This record gives sequence, structure tokens and C-alpha cells, in this order.
Amino acid sequence: MIAEIGLFALILALLLAVAQGTLPLVGAARGDVALMAVGRSAAYGQLLFLGIAYAMLTYAFVTDDFSIAYVANHSNSLLPIQYKFSGVWGGHEGSLLLWVLILGFWSAAVATFSRSLPREVLARVLGVMGLIAIGFIGFTVFTSSPFERLLPAAMEGRDLNPMLQDPGLIIHPPMLYMGYVGFSVAFAFAIAALIGGRLDAAWARWSRPWTAVAWAFLTVGIGLGSWWAYYVLGWGGWWFWDPVENASFMPWLMGTALLHSLAVTEKRGSFKNWTVMLAILTFSLVLLAAFLVRSGVLTSVHAFAVDPERGVYLLAFMGIVVASSLTLFAWRAGKVGLGGSFGLVSRESALLTNNVLLAVSGAAVLLGTLYPLFLDAFGLGKISVGPPYFEAVFLPLMLPLLLLLGFGPRLRWKQDSPTEQLWRLRWIFAASFVFGMIWPLFVGTWSFMAGIGAFLGLWIAGSALKDLVERIRPRPESQQSIGTRVRRLGRSYVGMQSAHLGVALVVVGITFVLGYDDERDVRMVVGETVEVGGYGFRLEALEEVQGPNFTADQATVVVYKNGERMTTLTPQMRQYFSQEQPMAQTSLHRGIFRDLYVNMGEELPGNAWVMRVYYKPYMNWVWAGVILMGLGGFLSASDRRYRVRVRREEELPVDRADQDPATVTG
Amino acid sequence: MKKRQKRLLLVAGGLAGLAVVTGLVLNAFRDNLVFFYTPSDIAAEIVPMERTFRIGGLVEDGSVYRGEDGVTVHFRVTDTAVAVPVVYHGILPNLFREGQGVVAVGSLQDGGVFKANQVMARHDETYMPPEAAEAIKRAQREGARTVAHPEGY
Repeated sequence: MIAEIGLFALILALLLAVAQGTLPLVGAARGDVALMAVGRSAAYGQLLFLGIAYAMLTYAFVTDDFSIAYVANHSNSLLPIQYKFSGVWGGHEGSLLLWVLILGFWSAAVATFSRSLPREVLARVLGVMGLIAIGFIGFTVFTSSPFERLLPAAMEGRDLNPMLQDPGLIIHPPMLYMGYVGFSVAFAFAIAALIGGRLDAAWARWSRPWTAVAWAFLTVGIGLGSWWAYYVLGWGGWWFWDPVENASFMPWLMGTALLHSLAVTEKRGSFKNWTVMLAILTFSLVLLAAFLVRSGVLTSVHAFAVDPERGVYLLAFMGIVVASSLTLFAWRAGKVGLGGSFGLVSRESALLTNNVLLAVSGAAVLLGTLYPLFLDAFGLGKISVGPPYFEAVFLPLMLPLLLLLGFGPRLRWKQDSPTEQLWRLRWIFAASFVFGMIWPLFVGTWSFMAGIGAFLGLWIAGSALKDLVERIRPRPESQQSIGTRVRRLGRSYVGMQSAHLGVALVVVGITFVLGYDDERDVRMVVGETVEVGGYGFRLEALEEVQGPNFTADQATVVVYKNGERMTTLTPQMRQYFSQEQPMAQTSLHRGIFRDLYVNMGEELPGNAWVMRVYYKPYMNWVWAGVILMGLGGFLSASDRRYRVRVRREEELPVDRADQDPATVTG
Repeated sequence: MKKRQKRLLLVAGGLAGLAVVTGLVLNAFRDNLVFFYTPSDIAAEIVPMERTFRIGGLVEDGSVYRGEDGVTVHFRVTDTAVAVPVVYHGILPNLFREGQGVVAVGSLQDGGVFKANQVMARHDETYMPPEAAEAIKRAQREGARTVAHPEGY
């Protein structure tokens, strides 16, 4: 019964999506208030039924209903309970159900929080979201239902892939999907604006917090994926330029460009066409990611079972969305008009440079990701494009971007004097350069590249902190206390600086972990010690341990620093009952300035093991930076000006040249 | 500067920058393509020396042995027609087995030994690396052709 209720709810949600995707659009075109009002109720109804379908699948997991094929393939009666909940999205069908549930959630969120929007705009936004929902729910119902029955029912499930039995995986997909799907809101706003022919600062203001939230989720989602890969895959790697990672990175790059471009559109009314184009491109890349991961063209831990039907469906869906939105763009964009002009040195041109660099990076990743797939698809040979390509392209592109990040946020809109800004930042620049060049000496052998990385991190952080201090420092002409000044900074501004500080941390972390990590693959017997990164790793014992659904060989490794016992690590090699495949479980000791990482490789004759021992300096700076970036996104989306009732365009602060726009509160 | 000149400068600067970047990207792209070859290709000596590429095939039965240090592994990769000796230093993937599909990334050394710096096996129980399958398919197709068209044809 459970499966049938779930499938029925899913079909009802599809019907509601059809209603949501058509009636409000027709209503908006005709000025029919009743039809426009359908959008909101349909969005709520859709969320309700998607919720029911999702609850049914979860119930089937928790109660070990192996008469449902999906459950039988991705669960097991011995699976710990938290993984039964997360196992729902452990495979293609279930993760797709999560995807559409999140889409329903975003639709309902728009319906709830955008009450102040003009009726036609809200109707069009919800209409476009409905059309997207038709595509995805239809995909679920017609090609990938998680509610297919298995006849006869299995006695026992095949278990969740052991790699996915990890706390990191419990939150990685929901976060990532919140990000991916969240960009559909920015897309829907863009399309709604094109249909309505009204693309102005108010539009950018509505669209901006949604984009920021989606971006923050995507940032955290990608970070979690990387964090998961870092200790689950057991190679100490955290970014492989794997096509699946690239698939999520491309929308992130475009989404970052979109976020910055929206700032210009909101504050100055410029870049409108470009902003709309970015919103369309970002969402197209989200669809491309869905296609790459779900069509079976890629093989990786993310790639689900190969089924040509699914690939064709997604490719067709992507084709329709991209073609129709670009056609609409070509048709309507001319009506949009240009915004205010700006000088060669201004905040606008800094953001334009940011956009160009991000877009080019995105295009470079796209080339490296798709070219091998094209060649393969047309039988022109098998090639692959490895990390060296991406590194060779990325570094030179990020260098100017990071340099610019140091003073771009301080530039005034419209026109600024380059010499004045550089002059004001001269001490920060000099100090960060000197300390940046010295810093690597404390980590290992000095290298110029490490020095540059440390310099860029210090430069970004230093300039952001200087700006912050200048804003809250008491001034003689003002009576405000520091507390008032801090409050008046505005969350949007604080969010921006938090995200930029996050970038600084990520840059420093990546530089040092790439430059100074130390790895040893070594044969060890009990009692043997190996030196890595100035730490002594002594194998104390080897034993067998029992887990709930696995047995494991466990090594006890004691870590010494300067002859003193520091910590004990216990990596395992797990043999899950339901799998032929053994799984290495990494043991980590995390620290601010380094991670120690031990992994079991293979058993060798003579009671010895090949052990993999890593020293990873500054690894946690990367994760901390990602958290700060995500936090920044959420903070800026919660700025007061997005919550106050939308005012008419004439009242918008169009030009406040001497004040940072981000501090302008509603 | 007049407004028009400024705009011109901006556009020219942008285009120049874009050209540089495009050149950079394409150059990096050309230098870093990693081609795929089968053991038969290596035997036919059409493979460049000292360039990174990938080979695929099956781990030949009985070919795996370890060096003294326990960490260096020697094995042969076969496409059922030709076998290539491979040396690798490090931990093999969990599902590395004799008789199973494998893909290795590395370069050809003097003496025809392939020095791998990365070895990939299937990563779940039901799946063969597509490149390993491709190598065997190609070798068998070649084999069939040799039988159908004997020497001198």
C-alpha cells in the first residue's frame, strides 16, 4: 500500500505542477486575477503531495519494505537507522524524489515570502517554477519511480553502498540540491521579467536574496562533498577535477558571477541583459549537471545506473529549457534597455571584470569536462583531461580575480580614482606582501607560489578588515556609538565581507595543503614507526572488531610529536556483510594548522599492512573558509531591505556614490 | 579622455584580455590531453614516449608480485592479445584483482615498462572500467580480422 500511496501522491503533484505551470501564466497574460491566484495554492498543494510521497519512501526504508525494488537495492535490515533515513537519497530514484521535494519547497517558499510582489510577477515566477516542476516530476514518474515493486519481494536488501554510509553523506545531497534547485528561482525571476518586459532594479532586488541563499547552499554542498571525499575515499584528496565535481562547480562559478552582477543591476540598473543571461546560464548548467550525473555518461560514485531513456529525457528537457529561454531572451532582451554609464575605474567595472573572469573560468571547465565526452560519444577516441589542465587554466585566471578582490569592494560606483584607492591601501598591500612571503617559512621550505597564495589571502583579509574598521571607528562629526555603527553596517555588507574572508581562508588553505602536504605509503608491522611531516606514527596493534553490519581489521596507531605521545588513531578496513568489496575507514586527527590522516591499504604476508600516512597542513582552513562563504550568503540574503515592503522604483537609492550601497538599509 | 575613447579602451582591453585567456586555455588544453591506448597499441609502437597516457585491460592472471618494500607492485595489463608490464608504487584500489579490469595512468619507460602513477579498478561490484572493456573489444576485433583475413591478404 505504501508504495502505491507514494506513487499516487507523486502523480497528483505532477498534475498540480501542470496547473501551476500553465494557469498563472495565462492569467498573467490576460490579467485574470483568479487564474493568477492558482499559482500559490498549486505550489502549496504540490509541496504537500511531494512531502507525502517522500514520507512514504522513508517509511518503507525504516520498516525494511524489501518488496519495493529501490529499498531492496539501497537498504538492509542491519543498516543503522540514520542511514535508513539518508539511504532514501542513496540512489538515483530516491535522490530524484528529494530533488523534486526541494523544488516543491522552493516554489512554496517563493509563494510565502513574495507576497509583496506585484501579482503578475508572482504569477509568472510561480508559473515558470511549475514548468520546471513538470519536467522533473515527470522525469521521476515516467522513468525513475522509486516506488516500483519487486516481485517476489527480496528477503534481505542489498545494502547501501558502504561509501555512502557516512555522516557527511547525510547532509551533502540535501545541501547540494538546495543549491542546484535554488537557482531555479533566480531563473524563474529572470524568465518572468523577460515575459513581462519589466527588468529593473526592483526585479534585481527581488531576485537577489533568493540567489544568495541558493548560492550559499551550493557553496556548502560542494564543500561537504569535498569534505566527504577527503576522508571517505581515503586518498587524502579533496578535489579531483572529476567531471561530477566540475558539474557542480560550473553552476557555482556562474552563480557567483550572477550574484555579483545582480548587485550592479540592483544598485545601478546596469548589466540587466547580462544578469538575465547569467541567470539562464546558471540554471542551464544545473540541468547539465543533472544530465551528466543521471544519464550514465559518466562513471563515478555519483553516476547512477545506466539507462539511455533517462539520458534522452534529460537531454531533451535541457534542450527545451535552454532553447526556449534563449529564444525568449533574444526576443525580449532588446526591450530591456541599458543602465547608467560608468567610468573605467569604478565598482561597476571591477564587478564586470569579476564576471568576465568567472565566466571564462566556467567556460574553461566546461571545455575540459565536455570535450572528452563528445569525442567518446561520437566514437572519435577516448581521451581524458586531467587536473594539470584545470590547474594550468585556473591559476592564471584566479590570480587577477583575487588581487581585484582586495580593492574592488572599496571602489565607488560610477567613477573612482585608481590612485586614491591604491594609495589608501598601500600599507595593507605592502604588509600582506611581506608577511605573505614570510609565512611559508613557518610551514616548510619556502616557495614563491606559496608566498603568492599567502599574500593573496592576507591581502583580501587585510583590505576587508580595514574597510570594516573604517566603518565602525567613531568619527568626530558623528555622535553614533560603536554599537550603533556596528548595527548600521547591515547584514548585506557583513555577509559580503564574511564571504570574502572565507575566500581568503580557502586561498591560504589550498596553497599550503597543496604545497606542503606529505604522504607516505609504507609497509608496517606492529611496533614499527614511520616519520611523516615531523610526526612519528607507531603501529601499536592490529585486531579484528565488529560493527553493526560489518567486521573490520583495525590498526591502532599512536602519534608522537617530539617523542611525546600525542594522540591515537584507529583506521579500519571494513568488510560489510552485504558487499564483496572491503572499505577503508580513515582515521583523522584534525587541528588548526594540520590534519594527521592514517588509512589502511592492503594486508601483506607476515602480519604486515601497507599503511597510508598523510600530513595535511592547513586543511581545515579550506573548510572554515567554505563555512564563512556560506554564512556570508545567508547573512546577506537576510538583509533588512529585502524584507521591507517593496517600494516603487523612483524611491530606490540610485546613486550614493560616497557610501557603500550594501550598507543602505531599507 | 573623452567618453568614446574610454569606452573604446575598455572594449579593446577586454578583447585583448579575452584573446590572451583563450590562447592560454587552448594551449593548456592541448598540453594536458591524456590519450588512451591499449596494450596492442603499445606493442605496435604508436605510443609516444614520456607523455602521460592511460592504458586499460585486464590484470593478467598470475602476473602480480610485490617488490621487497611491500609497496611497489608489478603486474601485467593485457587486452587478451598483448600484455604490457606495469610498475606502480602505492596502495592498489580495494577491487584490484587478477583477471579483473583495470585502468592505469602513467607513462612508458625505457624497456617498455609502463610506470603508473594512478591505478583505477572498478569501484563497485557490477561494473568494469569502460576503457578496460574497450581495450579488450578492440583487441578481439583485431583478432577476428586477422583470422578472417590471413596474412598476405
